[in-house]
Amino acid sequence: MKILVTVKRIPDPDASVKFANGAVDTSSAKWVPNEFDQYAVETALRLAEDAKSKKRHAEIVVCSVCPAAQRQHITTFLAMGADRGVVVDADDTALDSQAVAKLIAGVFKKEGADLLVCGKLSQDTEGNEVGQRVAGLLDLPIASFAGGVTWDQDGKAMVVSREVDDGVETKKVPLPSVITCDLRVVLPQSVKNGVTPDDYTYNEGPRLASLRGITMAKRKKVEQLKPADLDVEAGSAISNTGVNPPPARAAGQIVESVEQLVEKLATEAKVL
Amino acid sequence: MSKVLVVVETDGNAIKSASLPGITAGAQLAQQGGGELHLLVVGAGVGDAANAIGQAGYGAAGVHVADHADLAPFTTEAWTDVVVGAAKALGATALGGTATSTLRDVIPRAAALLDAPLASEVTAVTGSNAFRREMSAGRAVADFTASGSVVCFTARASDFEPATPADAAPVAAVDAGTPNKRGAEVVSIEKTQSARPALTEANVVVAGGRGMGSGENFKPLEELTDLLGGALGASRAATDAGMVPADLQVGQTGKVVAPNLYFAVAISGAIQHLAGMKGSKTIVAINKDPEAPIFQVADYGLVAKWEDTLPQLIEAVKAKKG
Repeated sequence: MKILVTVKRIPDPDASVKFANGAVDTSSAKWVPNEFDQYAVETALRLAEDAKSKKRHAEIVVCSVCPAAQRQHITTFLAMGADRGVVVDADDTALDSQAVAKLIAGVFKKEGADLLVCGKLSQDTEGNEVGQRVAGLLDLPIASFAGGVTWDQDGKAMVVSREVDDGVETKKVPLPSVITCDLRVVLPQSVKNGVTPDDYTYNEGPRLASLRGITMAKRKKVEQLKPADLDVEAGSAISNTGVNPPPARAAGQIVESVEQLVEKLATEAKVL
Repeated sequence: MSKVLVVVETDGNAIKSASLPGITAGAQLAQQGGGELHLLVVGAGVGDAANAIGQAGYGAAGVHVADHADLAPFTTEAWTDVVVGAAKALGATALGGTATSTLRDVIPRAAALLDAPLASEVTAVTGSNAFRREMSAGRAVADFTASGSVVCFTARASDFEPATPADAAPVAAVDAGTPNKRGAEVVSIEKTQSARPALTEANVVVAGGRGMGSGENFKPLEELTDLLGGALGASRAATDAGMVPADLQVGQTGKVVAPNLYFAVAISGAIQHLAGMKGSKTIVAINKDPEAPIFQVADYGLVAKWEDTLPQLIEAVKAKKG
Protein backbone atom coordinates (compact mmCIF):
# COMPACT_ATOMS: atom_id res chain seq x y z
CA MET A 1 0.00 0.00 0.00
CA LYS A 2 1.39 3.35 -1.00
CA ILE A 3 -0.28 6.61 0.01
CA LEU A 4 0.53 9.84 -1.83
CA VAL A 5 -0.28 13.06 0.04
CA THR A 6 -0.28 16.51 -1.55
CA VAL A 7 1.21 19.34 0.50
CA LYS A 8 1.47 23.06 -0.11
CA ARG A 9 3.10 26.04 1.56
CA ILE A 10 1.02 29.14 2.12
CA PRO A 11 1.63 32.61 3.58
CA ASP A 12 0.93 32.53 7.35
CA PRO A 13 -2.90 32.71 7.49
CA ASP A 14 -2.78 34.48 10.86
CA ALA A 15 -0.64 37.33 9.53
CA SER A 16 -2.24 40.32 7.80
CA VAL A 17 -2.52 40.21 4.01
CA LYS A 18 -0.35 42.77 2.21
CA PHE A 19 -1.06 44.16 -1.24
CA ALA A 20 1.16 45.68 -3.92
CA ASN A 21 0.51 46.50 -7.58
CA GLY A 22 -2.91 44.86 -7.70
CA ALA A 23 -1.73 41.57 -6.22
CA VAL A 24 -1.11 39.95 -2.86
CA ASP A 25 2.41 40.89 -1.78
CA THR A 26 4.12 37.79 -0.43
CA SER A 27 7.66 39.21 -0.58
CA SER A 28 7.91 39.39 3.19
CA ALA A 29 5.52 36.52 3.97
CA LYS A 30 6.30 33.84 6.48
CA TRP A 31 5.52 30.56 4.73
CA VAL A 32 3.83 27.79 6.65
CA PRO A 33 2.35 24.40 5.74
CA ASN A 34 -1.32 24.55 4.71
CA GLU A 35 -3.46 23.40 7.65
CA PHE A 36 -5.60 21.01 5.59
CA ASP A 37 -2.45 19.33 4.29
CA GLN A 38 -1.40 18.71 7.89
CA TYR A 39 -4.77 16.99 8.32
CA ALA A 40 -4.11 14.99 5.15
CA VAL A 41 -0.70 13.80 6.37
CA GLU A 42 -2.15 13.01 9.82
CA THR A 43 -4.90 10.98 8.11
CA ALA A 44 -2.32 9.10 6.05
CA LEU A 45 -0.22 8.39 9.16
CA ARG A 46 -3.22 7.07 11.08
CA LEU A 47 -4.13 4.85 8.10
CA ALA A 48 -0.56 3.59 7.76
CA GLU A 49 0.44 2.88 11.35
CA ASP A 50 -0.43 0.53 14.15
CA ALA A 51 -0.73 3.19 16.85
CA LYS A 52 0.27 0.66 19.54
CA SER A 53 3.32 -1.01 17.98
CA LYS A 54 4.20 1.90 15.63
CA LYS A 55 4.62 -0.67 12.86
CA ARG A 56 3.74 0.77 9.43
CA HIS A 57 1.41 -0.94 6.96
CA ALA A 58 1.76 1.59 4.19
CA GLU A 59 4.37 3.90 2.73
CA ILE A 60 3.60 7.61 2.79
CA VAL A 61 5.00 9.86 0.07
CA VAL A 62 4.40 13.61 0.30
CA CYS A 63 4.33 15.58 -2.93
CA SER A 64 4.51 19.31 -3.50
CA VAL A 65 4.51 21.50 -6.59
CA CYS A 66 6.74 24.46 -5.73
CA PRO A 67 10.15 25.98 -6.49
CA ALA A 68 12.66 23.30 -5.44
CA ALA A 69 14.61 25.77 -3.34
CA GLN A 70 11.49 26.45 -1.26
CA ARG A 71 10.58 23.00 -0.13
CA GLN A 72 11.04 23.44 3.64
CA HIS A 73 7.42 22.44 4.20
CA ILE A 74 8.19 19.00 2.76
CA THR A 75 10.82 18.57 5.48
CA THR A 76 8.18 19.53 8.06
CA PHE A 77 5.91 16.75 6.83
CA LEU A 78 8.78 14.25 6.71
CA ALA A 79 9.47 15.19 10.35
CA MET A 80 5.81 14.45 11.15
CA GLY A 81 6.41 10.93 9.87
CA ALA A 82 6.01 10.73 6.09
CA ASP A 83 8.56 8.35 4.53
CA ARG A 84 9.82 10.37 1.60
CA GLY A 85 9.09 13.35 -0.59
CA VAL A 86 8.65 14.35 -4.21
CA VAL A 87 8.99 17.96 -5.27
CA VAL A 88 7.87 19.07 -8.71
CA ASP A 89 10.05 22.08 -9.36
CA ALA A 90 7.79 24.84 -10.74
CA ASP A 91 6.58 28.30 -9.81
CA ASP A 92 3.21 27.24 -8.44
CA THR A 93 1.88 30.80 -8.48
CA ALA A 94 2.06 30.72 -12.29
CA LEU A 95 0.04 27.49 -12.54
CA ASP A 96 -3.71 26.99 -12.49
CA SER A 97 -5.38 24.08 -10.72
CA GLN A 98 -5.55 22.00 -13.90
CA ALA A 99 -1.78 22.21 -14.35
CA VAL A 100 -1.17 21.32 -10.70
CA ALA A 101 -3.65 18.44 -10.97
CA LYS A 102 -1.90 17.10 -14.08
CA LEU A 103 1.45 17.19 -12.28
CA ILE A 104 0.06 15.38 -9.25
CA ALA A 105 -1.71 12.83 -11.45
CA GLY A 106 1.66 12.27 -13.14
CA VAL A 107 3.39 11.65 -9.83
CA PHE A 108 0.56 9.31 -8.72
CA LYS A 109 1.02 7.21 -11.87
CA LYS A 110 4.81 7.27 -11.68
CA GLU A 111 4.68 6.11 -8.06
CA GLY A 112 1.99 3.51 -8.72
CA ALA A 113 0.24 4.80 -5.59
CA ASP A 114 -2.94 3.22 -4.22
CA LEU A 115 -4.44 6.23 -2.47
CA LEU A 116 -4.17 9.99 -2.87
CA VAL A 117 -4.97 12.04 0.23
CA CYS A 118 -5.37 15.82 -0.22
CA GLY A 119 -6.48 18.65 2.01
CA LYS A 120 -9.88 19.86 0.81
CA LEU A 121 -8.50 23.33 0.06
CA SER A 122 -5.53 25.57 0.63
CA GLN A 123 -6.21 28.43 2.99
CA ASP A 124 -4.74 31.06 0.68
CA THR A 125 -6.39 30.54 -2.72
CA GLU A 126 -9.31 28.40 -1.48
CA GLY A 127 -9.86 26.74 -4.85
CA ASN A 128 -11.14 23.44 -3.47
CA GLU A 129 -10.57 21.65 -6.76
CA VAL A 130 -7.23 19.86 -7.07
CA GLY A 131 -8.25 16.54 -5.45
CA GLN A 132 -11.41 16.34 -7.54
CA ARG A 133 -9.47 17.19 -10.70
CA VAL A 134 -6.80 14.55 -10.08
CA ALA A 135 -9.51 11.92 -9.55
CA GLY A 136 -11.08 12.98 -12.84
CA LEU A 137 -7.80 12.93 -14.75
CA LEU A 138 -6.93 9.47 -13.39
CA ASP A 139 -10.53 8.20 -13.84
CA LEU A 140 -10.61 7.21 -10.14
CA PRO A 141 -13.41 7.28 -7.57
CA ILE A 142 -13.16 9.98 -4.93
CA ALA A 143 -14.51 10.66 -1.45
CA SER A 144 -14.23 14.40 -0.95
CA PHE A 145 -14.71 16.41 2.28
CA ALA A 146 -13.84 13.45 4.53
CA GLY A 147 -14.66 13.84 8.21
CA GLY A 148 -13.85 10.20 8.96
CA VAL A 149 -12.03 7.37 7.14
CA THR A 150 -12.13 3.63 7.77
CA TRP A 151 -9.79 1.38 5.79
CA ASP A 152 -11.59 -1.84 4.86
CA GLN A 153 -8.45 -3.92 4.35
CA ASP A 154 -10.35 -7.06 3.28
CA GLY A 155 -12.48 -5.18 0.79
CA LYS A 156 -9.52 -3.09 -0.46
CA ALA A 157 -11.64 0.00 -0.03
CA MET A 158 -11.99 3.17 2.03
CA VAL A 159 -15.25 3.88 3.82
CA VAL A 160 -15.48 7.62 4.22
CA SER A 161 -17.97 9.79 6.10
CA ARG A 162 -18.33 12.94 4.02
CA GLU A 163 -19.43 16.31 5.31
CA VAL A 164 -22.13 17.44 2.92
CA ASP A 165 -24.43 20.47 3.08
CA ASP A 166 -27.30 18.86 4.92
CA GLY A 167 -25.61 16.14 6.98
CA VAL A 168 -23.16 13.28 6.64
CA GLU A 169 -22.91 10.85 3.74
CA THR A 170 -21.01 7.58 4.04
CA LYS A 171 -19.36 6.53 0.80
CA LYS A 172 -17.29 3.45 0.03
CA VAL A 173 -14.61 3.83 -2.63
CA PRO A 174 -12.48 0.92 -3.89
CA LEU A 175 -8.71 1.45 -4.14
CA PRO A 176 -7.05 3.06 -5.98
CA SER A 177 -8.93 6.24 -5.11
CA VAL A 178 -8.72 9.81 -3.85
CA ILE A 179 -9.76 11.31 -0.50
CA THR A 180 -9.90 15.02 0.35
CA CYS A 181 -9.82 15.91 4.05
CA ASP A 182 -12.19 18.17 5.93
CA LEU A 183 -11.66 19.52 9.45
CA ARG A 184 -13.04 16.72 11.55
CA VAL A 185 -10.87 13.99 10.08
CA VAL A 186 -8.36 14.77 12.86
CA LEU A 187 -10.72 14.23 15.80
CA PRO A 188 -9.44 11.51 18.19
CA GLN A 189 -11.33 8.60 16.61
CA SER A 190 -11.99 9.74 13.04
CA VAL A 191 -9.58 7.38 11.26
CA LYS A 192 -9.63 3.58 11.61
CA ASN A 193 -7.32 1.22 9.77
CA GLY A 194 -8.29 -2.23 11.02
CA VAL A 195 -4.91 -2.60 12.74
CA THR A 196 -4.94 0.03 15.47
CA PRO A 197 -7.66 -0.99 17.98
CA ASP A 198 -10.96 0.73 17.11
CA ASP A 199 -11.23 2.23 20.61
CA TYR A 200 -7.77 3.83 20.39
CA THR A 201 -7.93 7.56 21.07
CA TYR A 202 -5.54 9.89 19.25
CA ASN A 203 -4.77 13.39 20.42
CA GLU A 204 -6.96 15.84 18.55
CA GLY A 205 -5.37 17.56 15.57
CA PRO A 206 -2.30 16.82 13.50
CA ARG A 207 0.68 15.48 15.48
CA LEU A 208 3.73 17.59 16.17
CA ALA A 209 7.09 16.45 14.86
CA SER A 210 9.22 14.77 17.52
CA LEU A 211 12.90 15.65 17.94
CA ARG A 212 13.73 12.22 16.53
CA GLY A 213 11.38 12.91 13.62
CA ILE A 214 13.15 16.18 12.88
CA THR A 215 16.55 14.48 12.90
CA MET A 216 15.29 11.62 10.72
CA ALA A 217 13.65 14.01 8.23
CA LYS A 218 17.04 15.33 7.15
CA ARG A 219 18.02 11.84 6.04
CA LYS A 220 14.81 11.05 4.17
CA LYS A 221 14.87 11.09 0.38
CA VAL A 222 13.24 13.92 -1.59
CA GLU A 223 13.07 13.29 -5.31
CA GLN A 224 13.09 16.32 -7.58
CA LEU A 225 11.14 16.33 -10.84
CA LYS A 226 10.47 18.88 -13.55
CA PRO A 227 7.04 19.26 -15.20
CA ALA A 228 8.62 17.97 -18.42
CA ASP A 229 9.58 14.71 -16.62
CA LEU A 230 5.84 14.15 -16.21
CA ASP A 231 5.02 15.25 -19.78
CA VAL A 232 3.03 18.18 -18.49
CA GLU A 233 3.05 21.58 -20.09
CA ALA A 234 2.48 23.85 -17.11
CA GLY A 235 0.59 27.09 -17.48
CA SER A 236 -2.56 28.89 -16.44
CA ALA A 237 -5.89 29.70 -18.06
CA ILE A 238 -6.73 31.97 -15.14
CA SER A 239 -5.28 35.49 -15.00
CA ASN A 240 -5.81 37.89 -12.16
CA THR A 241 -6.63 41.40 -13.27
CA GLY A 242 -6.48 42.80 -9.75
CA VAL A 243 -6.36 41.54 -6.17
CA ASN A 244 -7.45 44.03 -3.53
CA PRO A 245 -8.56 44.21 0.09
CA PRO A 246 -12.34 43.90 0.57
CA PRO A 247 -14.30 47.08 1.26
CA ALA A 248 -14.30 47.82 4.98
CA ARG A 249 -17.52 47.48 6.96
CA ALA A 250 -18.85 50.70 8.39
CA ALA A 251 -17.98 51.11 12.05
CA GLY A 252 -20.57 49.70 14.43
CA GLN A 253 -21.73 50.83 17.84
CA ILE A 254 -21.64 49.39 21.33
CA VAL A 255 -25.03 49.31 23.02
CA GLU A 256 -25.47 49.38 26.79
CA SER A 257 -28.42 47.07 27.33
CA VAL A 258 -30.69 44.46 25.79
CA GLU A 259 -33.51 47.02 25.69
CA GLN A 260 -31.36 49.42 23.69
CA LEU A 261 -30.25 46.61 21.37
CA VAL A 262 -33.79 45.49 20.60
CA GLU A 263 -34.93 49.09 20.12
CA LYS A 264 -32.13 49.79 17.64
CA LEU A 265 -32.71 46.52 15.75
CA ALA A 266 -36.38 47.46 15.42
CA THR A 267 -36.16 51.16 14.57
CA GLU A 268 -32.66 51.75 13.18
CA ALA A 269 -31.73 48.52 11.38
CA LYS A 270 -35.39 47.59 10.87
CA VAL A 271 -34.67 43.88 11.13
CA LEU A 272 -37.04 42.95 13.95
CA MET B 1 -22.37 32.49 -29.39
CA SER B 2 -21.97 31.56 -25.80
CA LYS B 3 -24.06 28.82 -24.26
CA VAL B 4 -24.12 28.65 -20.48
CA LEU B 5 -25.14 25.31 -18.96
CA VAL B 6 -26.18 25.40 -15.30
CA VAL B 7 -26.53 22.11 -13.40
CA VAL B 8 -29.51 22.12 -11.04
CA GLU B 9 -30.34 19.72 -8.21
CA THR B 10 -33.80 18.43 -7.35
CA ASP B 11 -35.59 17.43 -4.20
CA GLY B 12 -38.59 15.22 -4.89
CA ASN B 13 -40.50 16.84 -7.73
CA ALA B 14 -39.03 20.31 -7.38
CA ILE B 15 -35.81 22.20 -7.89
CA LYS B 16 -33.65 22.56 -4.77
CA SER B 17 -33.79 26.17 -3.66
CA ALA B 18 -30.00 26.01 -3.20
CA SER B 19 -29.72 25.74 -7.01
CA LEU B 20 -31.47 29.07 -7.69
CA PRO B 21 -28.51 31.46 -7.04
CA GLY B 22 -26.38 29.43 -9.48
CA ILE B 23 -28.99 29.97 -12.18
CA THR B 24 -28.75 33.72 -11.58
CA ALA B 25 -24.96 33.58 -11.94
CA GLY B 26 -25.35 31.56 -15.14
CA ALA B 27 -27.92 34.04 -16.50
CA GLN B 28 -25.52 36.93 -15.82
CA LEU B 29 -22.74 35.06 -17.59
CA ALA B 30 -25.00 34.36 -20.58
CA GLN B 31 -26.05 38.00 -20.71
CA GLN B 32 -22.43 39.23 -20.54
CA GLY B 33 -21.50 36.89 -23.40
CA GLY B 34 -24.62 37.66 -25.46
CA GLY B 35 -25.60 34.00 -25.26
CA GLU B 36 -28.18 31.58 -23.96
CA LEU B 37 -28.83 30.07 -20.57
CA HIS B 38 -29.58 26.34 -20.44
CA LEU B 39 -30.39 24.18 -17.43
CA LEU B 40 -29.37 20.57 -16.85
CA VAL B 41 -31.43 18.38 -14.52
CA VAL B 42 -29.54 15.29 -13.32
CA GLY B 43 -30.88 12.34 -11.34
CA ALA B 44 -33.03 9.20 -11.37
CA GLY B 45 -36.74 9.62 -12.02
CA VAL B 46 -36.46 13.39 -12.28
CA GLY B 47 -38.98 13.77 -15.15
CA ASP B 48 -41.61 15.50 -13.04
CA ALA B 49 -39.06 17.82 -11.44
CA ALA B 50 -37.69 18.67 -14.90
CA ASN B 51 -41.19 19.50 -16.15
CA ALA B 52 -41.75 21.77 -13.15
CA ILE B 53 -38.39 23.45 -13.82
CA GLY B 54 -39.38 23.85 -17.49
CA GLN B 55 -42.65 25.47 -16.43
CA ALA B 56 -40.76 27.97 -14.25
CA GLY B 57 -38.21 28.53 -17.01
CA TYR B 58 -36.00 30.88 -14.97
CA GLY B 59 -35.00 32.67 -18.16
CA ALA B 60 -33.49 29.55 -19.72
CA ALA B 61 -33.70 28.75 -23.44
CA GLY B 62 -33.94 25.04 -22.67
CA VAL B 63 -34.11 22.49 -19.88
CA HIS B 64 -32.14 19.30 -20.52
CA VAL B 65 -32.63 16.08 -18.62
CA ALA B 66 -30.10 13.35 -17.84
CA ASP B 67 -32.17 10.64 -16.17
CA HIS B 68 -30.59 7.30 -15.25
CA ALA B 69 -31.01 4.83 -12.38
CA ASP B 70 -27.30 5.10 -11.52
CA LEU B 71 -27.57 8.85 -10.91
CA ALA B 72 -29.27 8.38 -7.51
CA PRO B 73 -28.11 8.48 -4.83
CA PHE B 74 -25.63 11.14 -5.89
CA THR B 75 -22.10 10.08 -6.71
CA THR B 76 -19.72 12.55 -8.30
CA GLU B 77 -18.33 9.81 -10.55
CA ALA B 78 -21.69 9.08 -12.23
CA TRP B 79 -22.90 12.69 -12.21
CA THR B 80 -19.72 14.05 -13.75
CA ASP B 81 -19.99 11.55 -16.61
CA VAL B 82 -23.38 12.90 -17.69
CA VAL B 83 -22.56 16.53 -16.89
CA VAL B 84 -19.52 16.32 -19.18
CA GLY B 85 -21.52 14.32 -21.73
CA ALA B 86 -24.28 16.93 -21.77
CA ALA B 87 -21.84 19.85 -21.93
CA LYS B 88 -20.24 18.28 -25.01
CA ALA B 89 -23.53 17.26 -26.64
CA LEU B 90 -24.96 20.75 -26.20
CA GLY B 91 -21.78 22.60 -27.11
CA ALA B 92 -21.67 24.50 -23.82
CA THR B 93 -19.12 27.32 -23.54
CA ALA B 94 -19.66 27.67 -19.79
CA LEU B 95 -20.65 25.07 -17.19
CA GLY B 96 -21.45 25.53 -13.53
CA GLY B 97 -24.00 26.17 -10.81
CA THR B 98 -24.33 26.98 -7.14
CA ALA B 99 -21.33 26.00 -5.00
CA THR B 100 -23.20 23.30 -3.04
CA SER B 101 -21.32 20.32 -1.63
CA THR B 102 -22.64 18.41 -4.67
CA LEU B 103 -21.34 20.77 -7.33
CA ARG B 104 -18.10 21.50 -5.46
CA ASP B 105 -17.52 17.79 -6.01
CA VAL B 106 -18.78 17.56 -9.62
CA ILE B 107 -17.69 20.77 -11.34
CA PRO B 108 -13.92 20.52 -10.60
CA ARG B 109 -13.95 16.91 -11.83
CA ALA B 110 -15.87 17.97 -14.94
CA ALA B 111 -13.43 20.85 -15.48
CA ALA B 112 -10.54 18.37 -15.39
CA LEU B 113 -12.20 16.16 -18.01
CA LEU B 114 -12.97 19.18 -20.21
CA ASP B 115 -9.42 20.53 -19.66
CA ALA B 116 -11.12 23.74 -18.54
CA PRO B 117 -10.38 26.42 -15.98
CA LEU B 118 -12.71 26.72 -12.99
CA ALA B 119 -13.82 30.00 -11.47
CA SER B 120 -14.43 28.58 -8.02
CA GLU B 121 -17.00 30.00 -5.59
CA VAL B 122 -17.33 33.31 -7.38
CA THR B 123 -19.06 36.24 -5.69
CA ALA B 124 -19.73 38.22 -8.88
CA VAL B 125 -19.78 37.88 -12.66
CA THR B 126 -18.01 40.91 -14.09
CA GLY B 127 -17.71 40.04 -17.80
CA SER B 128 -18.25 37.33 -20.40
CA ASN B 129 -15.32 35.39 -18.94
CA ALA B 130 -14.52 37.59 -15.95
CA PHE B 131 -15.33 36.93 -12.31
CA ARG B 132 -14.68 38.02 -8.75
CA ARG B 133 -13.91 35.77 -5.79
CA GLU B 134 -12.57 35.97 -2.27
CA MET B 135 -9.34 34.42 -1.01
CA SER B 136 -7.45 34.11 2.27
CA ALA B 137 -10.58 33.93 4.44
CA GLY B 138 -12.20 36.93 2.78
CA ARG B 139 -9.21 39.22 3.28
CA ALA B 140 -8.40 39.49 -0.42
CA VAL B 141 -10.77 39.96 -3.36
CA ALA B 142 -9.53 38.80 -6.77
CA ASP B 143 -10.83 39.98 -10.13
CA PHE B 144 -9.81 37.53 -12.81
CA THR B 145 -10.50 36.16 -16.26
CA ALA B 146 -10.73 32.52 -17.29
CA SER B 147 -9.97 31.51 -20.86
CA GLY B 148 -10.77 28.37 -22.79
CA SER B 149 -13.32 26.85 -25.14
CA VAL B 150 -15.27 25.90 -22.00
CA VAL B 151 -15.08 27.80 -18.71
CA CYS B 152 -16.43 26.25 -15.51
CA PHE B 153 -17.76 28.13 -12.50
CA THR B 154 -19.37 27.65 -9.12
CA ALA B 155 -21.28 30.56 -7.57
CA ARG B 156 -21.40 31.36 -3.88
CA ALA B 157 -25.08 31.18 -2.88
CA SER B 158 -24.93 34.15 -0.54
CA ASP B 159 -23.79 36.52 -3.31
CA PHE B 160 -26.44 35.90 -5.98
CA GLU B 161 -30.18 36.40 -5.67
CA PRO B 162 -32.27 33.25 -6.16
CA ALA B 163 -33.54 33.00 -9.76
CA THR B 164 -37.27 33.64 -10.14
CA PRO B 165 -39.79 31.95 -12.48
CA ALA B 166 -40.17 33.45 -15.96
CA ASP B 167 -41.52 32.16 -19.29
CA ALA B 168 -41.70 28.38 -19.62
CA ALA B 169 -38.74 26.68 -21.33
CA PRO B 170 -38.82 23.54 -23.48
CA VAL B 171 -37.81 20.32 -21.70
CA ALA B 172 -35.96 17.53 -23.51
CA ALA B 173 -33.79 14.52 -22.73
CA VAL B 174 -30.12 14.99 -23.58
CA ASP B 175 -27.92 12.18 -24.85
CA ALA B 176 -25.29 12.49 -22.13
CA GLY B 177 -23.90 8.95 -22.27
CA THR B 178 -23.99 6.21 -19.65
CA PRO B 179 -22.90 7.07 -16.11
CA ASN B 180 -20.31 4.89 -14.35
CA LYS B 181 -19.90 4.95 -10.57
CA ARG B 182 -16.41 3.41 -10.83
CA GLY B 183 -17.09 1.09 -7.92
CA ALA B 184 -18.12 3.88 -5.56
CA GLU B 185 -21.12 3.15 -3.39
CA VAL B 186 -23.15 5.34 -1.07
CA VAL B 187 -23.56 3.33 2.15
CA SER B 188 -25.80 5.72 4.05
CA ILE B 189 -26.96 9.33 4.24
CA GLU B 190 -27.70 10.90 7.60
CA LYS B 191 -29.59 14.10 7.02
CA THR B 192 -29.61 16.62 9.80
CA GLN B 193 -33.26 16.74 10.86
CA SER B 194 -34.42 20.28 11.35
CA ALA B 195 -37.67 22.14 10.98
CA ARG B 196 -35.65 25.34 10.60
CA PRO B 197 -34.73 26.96 7.28
CA ALA B 198 -31.39 25.99 5.71
CA LEU B 199 -28.47 27.92 7.16
CA THR B 200 -27.47 29.36 3.79
CA GLU B 201 -31.02 30.46 2.97
CA ALA B 202 -32.29 31.82 6.31
CA ASN B 203 -33.11 35.50 6.83
CA VAL B 204 -31.89 35.31 10.39
CA VAL B 205 -28.96 33.27 11.73
CA VAL B 206 -28.29 32.86 15.44
CA ALA B 207 -24.83 31.44 16.06
CA GLY B 208 -23.05 30.36 19.23
CA GLY B 209 -19.36 29.89 19.93
CA ARG B 210 -16.92 28.28 22.31
CA GLY B 211 -18.15 30.54 25.12
CA MET B 212 -21.48 28.71 25.18
CA GLY B 213 -19.65 25.93 27.00
CA SER B 214 -21.90 22.99 26.11
CA GLY B 215 -24.57 21.73 23.73
CA GLU B 216 -27.11 22.00 26.55
CA ASN B 217 -26.39 25.72 26.75
CA PHE B 218 -27.44 26.12 23.11
CA LYS B 219 -31.10 25.70 24.24
CA PRO B 220 -31.75 29.43 24.79
CA LEU B 221 -30.02 30.16 21.45
CA GLU B 222 -32.39 27.69 19.79
CA GLU B 223 -35.33 29.39 21.47
CA LEU B 224 -34.20 32.76 20.10
CA THR B 225 -33.60 31.16 16.68
CA ASP B 226 -37.14 29.77 16.52
CA LEU B 227 -38.65 32.98 17.82
CA LEU B 228 -37.03 34.79 14.87
CA GLY B 229 -37.81 32.01 12.36
CA GLY B 230 -34.10 31.68 11.71
CA ALA B 231 -31.40 29.03 11.41
CA LEU B 232 -28.95 27.97 14.09
CA GLY B 233 -25.23 28.33 13.38
CA ALA B 234 -21.99 27.85 15.29
CA SER B 235 -18.33 28.69 15.20
CA ARG B 236 -15.75 26.03 14.46
CA ALA B 237 -14.76 25.99 18.14
CA ALA B 238 -18.31 25.00 19.08
CA THR B 239 -18.68 22.31 16.41
CA ASP B 240 -15.19 20.90 17.06
CA ALA B 241 -16.09 20.63 20.75
CA GLY B 242 -19.13 18.58 19.71
CA MET B 243 -21.66 21.05 21.15
CA VAL B 244 -23.65 21.02 17.89
CA PRO B 245 -23.40 19.08 14.58
CA ALA B 246 -20.59 19.92 12.15
CA ASP B 247 -22.95 21.06 9.41
CA LEU B 248 -23.93 24.09 11.50
CA GLN B 249 -20.43 25.53 11.20
CA VAL B 250 -20.22 29.02 9.72
CA GLY B 251 -16.84 30.11 8.40
CA GLN B 252 -14.12 29.76 5.78
CA THR B 253 -14.25 26.00 6.10
CA GLY B 254 -17.96 25.72 6.88
CA LYS B 255 -20.91 27.53 5.37
CA VAL B 256 -20.88 31.08 4.07
CA VAL B 257 -24.03 32.94 5.08
CA ALA B 258 -25.34 36.45 4.43
CA PRO B 259 -28.67 36.81 6.25
CA ASN B 260 -30.43 40.08 7.02
CA LEU B 261 -29.64 39.58 10.68
CA TYR B 262 -26.77 37.62 12.24
CA PHE B 263 -26.39 37.09 15.98
CA ALA B 264 -22.89 36.06 17.10
CA VAL B 265 -23.19 34.94 20.70
CA ALA B 266 -20.07 34.05 22.70
CA ILE B 267 -18.08 33.94 19.45
CA SER B 268 -14.69 35.63 19.61
CA GLY B 269 -14.54 36.26 15.86
CA ALA B 270 -11.54 34.42 14.43
CA ILE B 271 -10.68 35.42 10.84
CA GLN B 272 -11.97 32.05 9.65
CA HIS B 273 -15.37 32.67 11.24
CA LEU B 274 -15.64 36.23 9.95
CA ALA B 275 -15.05 34.90 6.42
CA GLY B 276 -18.32 33.01 6.68
CA MET B 277 -20.61 35.77 7.94
CA LYS B 278 -19.26 39.25 7.30
CA GLY B 279 -21.54 39.62 4.28
CA SER B 280 -24.55 39.65 6.66
CA LYS B 281 -26.56 42.86 6.44
CA THR B 282 -26.85 43.48 10.19
CA ILE B 283 -24.48 41.83 12.65
CA VAL B 284 -25.11 41.69 16.38
CA ALA B 285 -22.30 40.53 18.67
CA ILE B 286 -22.80 39.51 22.28
CA ASN B 287 -19.57 38.71 24.08
CA LYS B 288 -18.27 39.27 27.58
CA ASP B 289 -14.79 40.18 26.26
CA PRO B 290 -14.77 43.81 25.05
CA GLU B 291 -11.57 43.09 23.08
CA ALA B 292 -13.13 40.24 21.04
CA PRO B 293 -12.46 40.77 17.29
CA ILE B 294 -16.12 40.07 16.52
CA PHE B 295 -16.92 43.62 17.69
CA GLN B 296 -14.88 44.99 14.77
CA VAL B 297 -17.43 43.69 12.25
CA ALA B 298 -20.54 44.04 14.42
CA ASP B 299 -23.10 46.75 13.71
CA TYR B 300 -24.34 46.41 17.26
CA GLY B 301 -22.16 45.10 20.06
CA LEU B 302 -23.22 44.23 23.58
CA VAL B 303 -20.47 43.49 26.08
CA ALA B 304 -22.19 41.04 28.37
CA LYS B 305 -22.40 37.41 29.43
CA TRP B 306 -24.80 35.34 27.35
CA GLU B 307 -26.17 33.80 30.55
CA ASP B 308 -27.53 37.22 31.56
CA THR B 309 -28.37 38.50 28.10
CA LEU B 310 -30.20 35.69 26.32
CA PRO B 311 -33.19 35.37 28.71
CA GLN B 312 -33.71 39.14 28.54
CA LEU B 313 -33.31 39.15 24.78
CA ILE B 314 -35.83 36.34 24.35
CA GLU B 315 -38.38 38.19 26.48
CA ALA B 316 -37.74 41.48 24.67
CA VAL B 317 -38.14 39.87 21.24
CA LYS B 318 -41.33 38.14 22.40
CA ALA B 319 -42.68 41.48 23.60
CA LYS B 320 -41.73 43.16 20.32
CA LYS B 321 -43.39 40.45 18.28
CA GLY B 322 -46.48 40.75 20.45
